[in-house]
Amino acid sequence: MVDSITRQSPSREQFVTFYRQMQLIRRFEEAAALSYQRRKIGGFLHLYIGEEAVATGMIAALRPSDTVVASYREHGHALAKGMDPKAAMAELYGKVTGCSRGKGGSMHLFDTSIGFLGGYAIVAGQMPIAVGLGLAAVQAGRDDVTMCFFGDGAVNEGEFHEALNLAKIWNTPVIFVCENNLYGMGTALARAHAVQEIYRRAEVFNIPSERADGMDVLAMYDVARKAVEHARSGNGPYFIEAMTYRFRAHSMADPELYRTKEEVARWRQRDPIPRLRAQMIEQGLATEADLNAMDAVVDRQVEEAVRFAEESPEPPVEDLWRHVYVGYDSKDMT
Amino acid sequence: MTTTAQRTRTTSYVNAILEAQRQLLTADPNVFLCGEDVALYGGVFGTSRGLMAEFGPQRVVDTPISESGIVGMAIGAAATGLRPVVEIMFMDFVGVCMDQIVNQLAKMRYMFGGKATLPVTIRTMAGGGRNMAAQHSQSLEAWFCHVPGLKVVMPSNPYDAKGLLVAAVRDDDPVLVIDNKMQLGMQGEVPEDLYEVPLGKARVVREGTNFTIVATSRMVQEALAAAEQLGADGLNVEVVDPRTLQPLDIETIATSVRKTHRALVAHEAVRFGGIGGEIVAQIQEEAFDYLDAPVGRVGAPFSPVPFSPALEALYVPNRDTIVTEVRRILGKQV
Repeated sequence: MVDSITRQSPSREQFVTFYRQMQLIRRFEEAAALSYQRRKIGGFLHLYIGEEAVATGMIAALRPSDTVVASYREHGHALAKGMDPKAAMAELYGKVTGCSRGKGGSMHLFDTSIGFLGGYAIVAGQMPIAVGLGLAAVQAGRDDVTMCFFGDGAVNEGEFHEALNLAKIWNTPVIFVCENNLYGMGTALARAHAVQEIYRRAEVFNIPSERADGMDVLAMYDVARKAVEHARSGNGPYFIEAMTYRFRAHSMADPELYRTKEEVARWRQRDPIPRLRAQMIEQGLATEADLNAMDAVVDRQVEEAVRFAEESPEPPVEDLWRHVYVGYDSKDMT
Repeated sequence: MTTTAQRTRTTSYVNAILEAQRQLLTADPNVFLCGEDVALYGGVFGTSRGLMAEFGPQRVVDTPISESGIVGMAIGAAATGLRPVVEIMFMDFVGVCMDQIVNQLAKMRYMFGGKATLPVTIRTMAGGGRNMAAQHSQSLEAWFCHVPGLKVVMPSNPYDAKGLLVAAVRDDDPVLVIDNKMQLGMQGEVPEDLYEVPLGKARVVREGTNFTIVATSRMVQEALAAAEQLGADGLNVEVVDPRTLQPLDIETIATSVRKTHRALVAHEAVRFGGIGGEIVAQIQEEAFDYLDAPVGRVGAPFSPVPFSPALEALYVPNRDTIVTEVRRILGKQV
């Protein structure tokens, strides 16, 4: 029955949604990089450029009441789950209109109203949290699922193993999505992993798992539907290893001495956005003009987001002591 | 054992660490470095740049992202004679390996009746100021000062950074060396040879007569600037840098206070429960009869480090905060 779902090919509307979504993420990230270079954005900036197909394809299989958690490279996931680009960009700028009131920044986007339960900057820290989200849905009698995104670097942390085990023994509806971009920061997969086929790590927990082409949004969507169907039907966790690549450095501060320009160029040829664009034209789902028009809409959205972020006010001083505790601030506690 | 160094030259804090590590590796075959991206990448802050090429991958070891495993491995290696220097990239990540540090490393010597010797050095990077948000900016030194069995070092300049690191690595007990990321570019006179700055010895950084500021790490520079400003108030401020927080050289601090009769402790960590409270308590134990005013404390507000550059600028203590607090202690209007 699961197979019958995955065999349906996406409709034209879905193609269009995927294209717009990936392009929104791409342009959002490019705009963020520019603002960073102009010193409008401080701190860390980890771009998702190159990996858009993973969040887009995976999250497209969710419904609004499902939840998502991710790592610190999470702008794409937040946008795909429905975050307003204005709120996301303002957060990168540290403005009070940001989704976390400017207190979290690039690595800590959050919006419960869309089921985006956060970007976390301690590697693998989000993984047990995802299990809790899944558990809560089960206990509340909801058939919502949780999608947990993390990088290949996370799978060597203890929390990875603890989370997978807990998810399995409690049969929680969590879809673990490992975004394997081949480098844990600057350390290549082969130098850090006893088993490089990361999906196989799930086997010891009896969690069904598979590898998918993270540079192909349609492939990601296929596997996502299968995984979501599995988890939503009460069959417990599912594990996906998305083979992908970040076109940009680990963060804006990374000189990228650990990989070759040729390797980056090779992966760029598999860019998921031109790939989908070509498929749409080939299958007669859109013309160049249609796609250019979509791009223009996305560009306007991103421009608006940047303008909104730039024009927004800084957080008020009182925010320093607000939100430490519920119901009172911590100003007098110093 | 302190060697008298001959030639010195001006170099950066980060180079002082790099040089200490290189010379330690050269001088002692039992020393090895390990951590996330310390080898091929050379450390995200450049503190081990080039060392893998020079000493090979067995002595400069890249690890997976597995903080708990790294520290535990270092404990095992140390128990049988090696001198591991572990880098925990950001101090916030100690949260992941607290069990190994606090329950294993700190306890083993005592728990095993003095039969285990664990010369482990853990280097890590604390501090805000770079908009790295709540999970990459903390100053958690007080946690470790509270745990019997650990030593805690916080250098405030390139000379001490090198000398204290050398002393830490040569020490037979576990030592945490906590650097501040805002100091990495700081220039200072550093001897070319290997030398030690002894653990547990404070330094009078600036001599004065009628007020003592005890400042740690980055706050030393801020205290010096504050001292200049306070000169206008007729104050001749003495600045004392403990350099090592555990064991604490209370004698040097108390001697200063007995001379000046008034004191304040400044650190970047959250004020409540910070090491400042301990130092203040010991000052009043050792020099109560000499005090003309309550001993003050300067530290961060009781909240996580905010991302917002505007808020973070207000969060991290600085010369102005110190000046204000000194004037408050003296009953002056600001």
